[in-house]
Amino acid sequence: MPKPEILDPQGKAVQGALPRLGFSGVTDVRQGKRFEIQFEGEVTDAVLAEVEKMAETLLSNPVIENYIVSVEQ
Amino acid sequence: MKVGVVTFPGSLDDVDAQRAIRIGGNEAVALWHGDADLKGVDAIVLPGGFSYGDYLRCGAISRFAPVMGEVVAAAERGMPVLGICNGFQILCESHLLPGALIRNDHRKFVCRDQLLRIENNRTPWTSAYTQGQEIRIVLKNGEGGFVADADALARLEGEGQVVARYLEVNPNGSLNDIAGVTNARGNVVGLMPHPEHAVEALTGSGVDGLGFFTSLVEGAFA
Repeated sequence: MPKPEILDPQGKAVQGALPRLGFSGVTDVRQGKRFEIQFEGEVTDAVLAEVEKMAETLLSNPVIENYIVSVEQ
Repeated sequence: MKVGVVTFPGSLDDVDAQRAIRIGGNEAVALWHGDADLKGVDAIVLPGGFSYGDYLRCGAISRFAPVMGEVVAAAERGMPVLGICNGFQILCESHLLPGALIRNDHRKFVCRDQLLRIENNRTPWTSAYTQGQEIRIVLKNGEGGFVADADALARLEGEGQVVARYLEVNPNGSLNDIAGVTNARGNVVGLMPHPEHAVEALTGSGVDGLGFFTSLVEGAFA
């Protein structure tokens, strides 16, 4: 996700469109990215550490974005 | 001087950059993203375009091209490196320059002849300009909004690392109207507008961009 202090023009565009469609009460919209990464076998701590590294080096830019890694079976 | 221009998949302005380098009195050397080889060049230009289709983030995938390992190492040794537009984005993604470039605040692609002020003429790419000189060159980008956290921004301003600033209008929402920055050492410069498109009267809006390519020669004989 873009960090809270970073302007998110895409989120702003979505926020602007919602009231035009009759959706009210929305105070903010932030747009981010989601990556689904599949592994064979069990997701061990070592695998998770690898994914953290991927998130930090390539999938996100730590200057402007935060990330969260979560596991789904 | 031999100045390398890296071509990535999706680079657009590599040939213009080579031409500008020649008009500026230097030898242009084509470098290939897939080769970890700088071919003995003395300086490097990362040109504009849409490398890797701007997928993931602008410059994020190019950063890991084989040639970039060499570019980063050379930059850290002090070699002059200039990133223009997409090249600026690649330099930020490579952490050779602070900050990042995000989508224009107005969400539209912008293409205009843009007035700039040279704020730092002590880099190897801007020494041909006078401090405070105003130049007009073309700007064309969709993701040219320069951002950095408050600390990084204060450091850029305090250390004189802002190389060029937008005048008249802020075309993309860049913080402090920043159009270009340099690293602490001053050898790596990133610039969002395109000096390589303003090097001869016949094909450009003027010749205000030529200084970026003659500075190297002047520096060499200074």
